[in-house]
Amino acid sequence: MPAPTTDLPRPFRPHATAAAMYALHHALDRHIPIWPALGKALRNTPGVYKVFTAIERRTKRELFGCRMCGQCALPVTAYACPMTCPKQLRNGPCGGVNPDGGCEVYPDQRCVWLMAYERAEADGKTSDMRRLQRPIDQRKWGQSSWVNYWMGEDEGLWTAEDVVMQPRLDHEPLLLDAQKP
Amino acid sequence: MSENGRVTPSPVKYADSHLQAVLQRGRFAITAEIGPPRGANVGPVRRKAKLLRDWIDAANVTDNQSAVVRMASWAGCLVVKQEGVEPVMQLQCRDRNRIALQSDLLGAAALEIPNVLLLTGDHPRFGDHPDAKAVFDLDSIQLVWTARTMREQRKLLSGRDLKPAPDFFIGAVENPFAPPLKWRAERLGKKIAAGARFCQTQFIYDVKIFAEWMQRVRDLGLDQKCYILAGVGPVKSVRALEHMRNEVPGMYVPDEVMRRLRSVPSDKVADEGLKLCSEIIAQVKEIPGVAGVHVMAFSWEEAIPEILERAGLPRRSASMAWSN
Repeated sequence: MPAPTTDLPRPFRPHATAAAMYALHHALDRHIPIWPALGKALRNTPGVYKVFTAIERRTKRELFGCRMCGQCALPVTAYACPMTCPKQLRNGPCGGVNPDGGCEVYPDQRCVWLMAYERAEADGKTSDMRRLQRPIDQRKWGQSSWVNYWMGEDEGLWTAEDVVMQPRLDHEPLLLDAQKP
Repeated sequence: MSENGRVTPSPVKYADSHLQAVLQRGRFAITAEIGPPRGANVGPVRRKAKLLRDWIDAANVTDNQSAVVRMASWAGCLVVKQEGVEPVMQLQCRDRNRIALQSDLLGAAALEIPNVLLLTGDHPRFGDHPDAKAVFDLDSIQLVWTARTMREQRKLLSGRDLKPAPDFFIGAVENPFAPPLKWRAERLGKKIAAGARFCQTQFIYDVKIFAEWMQRVRDLGLDQKCYILAGVGPVKSVRALEHMRNEVPGMYVPDEVMRRLRSVPSDKVADEGLKLCSEIIAQVKEIPGVAGVHVMAFSWEEAIPEILERAGLPRRSASMAWSN
C-alpha cells in the first residue's frame, strides 16, 4: 500500500508506557488547585494559550499520535489513542479486527484498541475498558484537552463505573442531566 | 390521548415486536438477512420476503452493507412489511452523523418498523465509493445508547423532549471471532448496558470458538439480559469462501472448513455448503444461552428454507406468521 498522502486516522503505537503516564496524570490532577488556575489563566491570554496548545499538540502527537480532539480519552484507554482508529471508535474495537490483530483498514498495523487492552491488562486497568464513553463534542477539535480537563469540561466523557459487571441494567444515563426533574 | 387533547408519550414498553414476543416465549427464533438491490426496484426485496415469509420470524434489511450503495434500509423494511414479514432495520454510523441517525430512528418507529439493529459499519475503503467521507460521528455503542435514550428518557441527544418518543426493540452485533477474543463478551456487555436487548453475531464457521465466547457470555450473565442469535450462512463456492476469508472484514474461516469444501467436486460444493450451514445451526442450537439463529445468505436467499429444514427447523405454521 502506498504511503498515506493525507492525514486520515491510522492506528498509532504509543511511545510512552502507560505506567509513566498514569503517574504524570496523577501529578496533573485537576483537583490540585494550581491546575484549574493555570487553565483559567491560559484561557484569559489567547497568545499563551496558543503556544501552550501547540506544545501539547507536538508532544502528544509524538507520544500517542494525538489528533487534538480536545477531549482526551487516554487516561481510560491505557494511553492508546482511540482517535487514531480509522473509525475513531471510543468504546472498543470494531468487529473487523483481523485474526492476526491487524486493523480492518490498515491490516499491516495493529488495532489500536487491541494495544489498549494489552496495555490495560499489563497495568491492571481492564475495568477502564468497561466504562461507557459518551459521544464527543465535535466543536472541540484543536482545543487544548489539558485546559478542557482542568476547567472540568471533560466531566462525564465516560461513566464513573464499570457497566459490564453490574447485575442491573439501569446505570448512569447518556444525558448527564436526564435524571434531574 | 390525555384529557387536554394532547398526545401523551406511550408508556415505556417495547415496540409491538413479533421477534421479541417469540424470544420472550422461549421459542427458538429465526431471522434472515435481505440485501436491498443496487437499483431503484423493489422487486427483488418483495421476492425474497415472499420466499422467506413462512420460515422466519423477522428479516433484517441491510444498510449499505460492505459500504456498497444499495436501496435504503427503511425503504426495504417497508416492502418487507407489505409482504407480511416483520422487518429489522439495520442502521450504521459510517454514513450518518447524530442528526441523521436520530432522524432515521424516528422514521423507523413512526412507520412501525419494530426492530432496529445498530452497527458501526464497514469502512468505506471496502466498498464501491472508497473516496467517500467516513462519518463515524457516533460509534455503535453510542448509537445503541442514543436509541435507548430516545425510547426511555424520551429525549434527543440535545436533551430536547420527544413527543411522542419512539419505541423499538434494540439490537446490536458482536463478532466472537475478532481479537481480542477474551474481551468480546465484555464488549457485548457494554452494548447491553447501553441498551441492546438482542444480539446477532458474525458468521460462525468455528463452533468451538463460538461456544467459548458463549461460555463467557453466560459467566457474565449476559444471556439473561439480552437474546443471542447465532449468525450463520451457507457457502456457495470455494471462490466465494476465499473471497469471504480474504476480503470481508471480520470473517474467520478455519482451515478445516476450507479443506472440507475443497475436497468435494465443484458441482457438489453448493450442496456441501448447505449441509455445513445446517450442521452449524444444529450445533449452536444446543449451546445454552443461544436464543435463535440469524441466517445471512447474500444473493442466495432461496437456499434458506432448505438449510432450515435440514437443520430441523421446519416451516413456521401459518398461525405463527407475523401479520399487520
